[in-house]
Amino acid sequence: MTTATVAAPELSARNVKVTQARVVTSEWIKMRSLRSTVYTLIASIAITVGLGLLFASFAVARLNRPGHLHIDPVTLTLRGAFLSQLAIGVLGVLLITGEYSTGMIRATMSAVPRRLPVLWAKLGLFGVVAAVASIASAFAAFLGGQAILSSKHIGASLSDPGVLRAVIGAGLYLAVVGLLGMALGFIIRNTAGAITTLFGILLILPVLGQVLPADWATHVVPYLPSNAGQAIMALHPDPTTLAPWTGFALFVGYAAVAVAVAAVLLKRRDA
Amino acid sequence: MIEAHGLTKRYGDKLAVDDLTFTIKPGIVTGFLGPNGAGKSTTIRMIMGLDEPTAGSVTVNGRPYAEHAAPLREVGALLEARAVHTGRSAYNHLLALAATTGVPRRRVDEVVDLVGLREVARKRVGGFSLGMGQRLGIASALLGDPSTLILDEPVNGLDPEGILWIRNLLKAFAAEGRTVFVSSHLMSEMALTAEQLIIVGRGKLIADVSVAEFTRSSRHSVRVRSPQAGVLRDALAGPEVTVSTPEADVLEIDGLDSETVGRIAAEHGVMLFELVPHTASLEEAFMELTRDDVEFRGNESAGLVGAGRGA
Repeated sequence: MTTATVAAPELSARNVKVTQARVVTSEWIKMRSLRSTVYTLIASIAITVGLGLLFASFAVARLNRPGHLHIDPVTLTLRGAFLSQLAIGVLGVLLITGEYSTGMIRATMSAVPRRLPVLWAKLGLFGVVAAVASIASAFAAFLGGQAILSSKHIGASLSDPGVLRAVIGAGLYLAVVGLLGMALGFIIRNTAGAITTLFGILLILPVLGQVLPADWATHVVPYLPSNAGQAIMALHPDPTTLAPWTGFALFVGYAAVAVAVAAVLLKRRDA
Repeated sequence: MIEAHGLTKRYGDKLAVDDLTFTIKPGIVTGFLGPNGAGKSTTIRMIMGLDEPTAGSVTVNGRPYAEHAAPLREVGALLEARAVHTGRSAYNHLLALAATTGVPRRRVDEVVDLVGLREVARKRVGGFSLGMGQRLGIASALLGDPSTLILDEPVNGLDPEGILWIRNLLKAFAAEGRTVFVSSHLMSEMALTAEQLIIVGRGKLIADVSVAEFTRSSRHSVRVRSPQAGVLRDALAGPEVTVSTPEADVLEIDGLDSETVGRIAAEHGVMLFELVPHTASLEEAFMELTRDDVEFRGNESAGLVGAGRGA
């Protein structure tokens, strides 16, 4: 330990100032230096791929038994996404509420007191990371699953109509779930509260929608966030759901509203 | 240079900071003193742009903190509440903060060595002791080689060696012409490092004085023991003088210094067994000054818990 001079003269000569690109670099260091981030992302990938392969194997096993079976080979192998949305959504929430619960947010906001560059950096980085990981795992689940199904000649091909859109769409849906989690993290600033809200929106609303009177349900249920977002993963658009890209656009719109609220609150509230 | 004008922060119906106006000058260590709950941390959070003032304003080097292009270059702060993610290593924490402003990795290595955290820099912060956490906080404050240093209760949790190190660091910083603003609830600690004092109680400014002036203004008294106490008592009587007799043959004299008391005794042929000048310690003077505020705080402690904020 030393009490020698603490000055760093070379700093004054450098172009030291906060820029959006530097905030992105900083957030990238933060994102990859937490074990929980890496583990949760791996869990999300493992769930998508593992369940895709597992469901394909189950389908093959059932075909070996007598009886009639209707299989949608695309939806079947992408079904893991329904579970892995939990992992990616929790990760989005934790990347934000982890800063609030530990007090890190005060260091972050002291370094970048304009605050919004932090929001954009976190959303942008996590959006890219989540999209790349989720699209890659959707492809792995699909291709691996089809390899299993093709032993019974019931597989589908990426070149079949709508298949490529459904596979990429599964990855995009997961990425937007992650971003919605982040926005809720900034709005609610508490891990348990944000996770509960996220899953309330994604999982509970559709269940509640089912108990609506039928003539209301047709006007409400397709527009619920997760129903709208998952339309992009359906190979054969169901008459009760929105068209794939329309539904996905609506889901992105919901996420954008959450991000806008997060931005306003981040700027206004005491850190 | 930190300038606050009518700085006020209200949480619900509690005034945490009430119309504070002060200037913190460069080149000296300024102590920010007050009992727990006096509004010191809230004031520092407003300086750092973390909390928005309800009224008034505060600037650092002429501008609100958030308007500087490189805030880390202007102000390095150690906030009272820990501001570190416990799952990250100390080194990555500093690297991430440095990256926001383009501070090079070499500087991160420098501050790690400077605060003596080299051996544990790659360990996760969750396992750090209070003292190690304080050192990491100081390392992040020093990252940008700032012209202003703000430390909230920096000696908390430090061992005696660490406390000495902090004192020397602060003095060295001030000697280089930088602004150093250090909060504490311990007058004795401030007496050793600070030149100027800003004293607050219940969010209000109580005093803005130099340590020397504060010491001078504190109470002086002289204690005398003499078999002729009664004679001396009459001889000392005067308009500015109060004399009390705590025990037989002992006088406590306010308003005269020890030389004067000794001379008057000699002039009247009074024999003295003891002549002891007594200066109230800074701690006593500080407690005297803030007593009302502390007592008031005590009565309101239930309300403070409800406010849910370390003030």
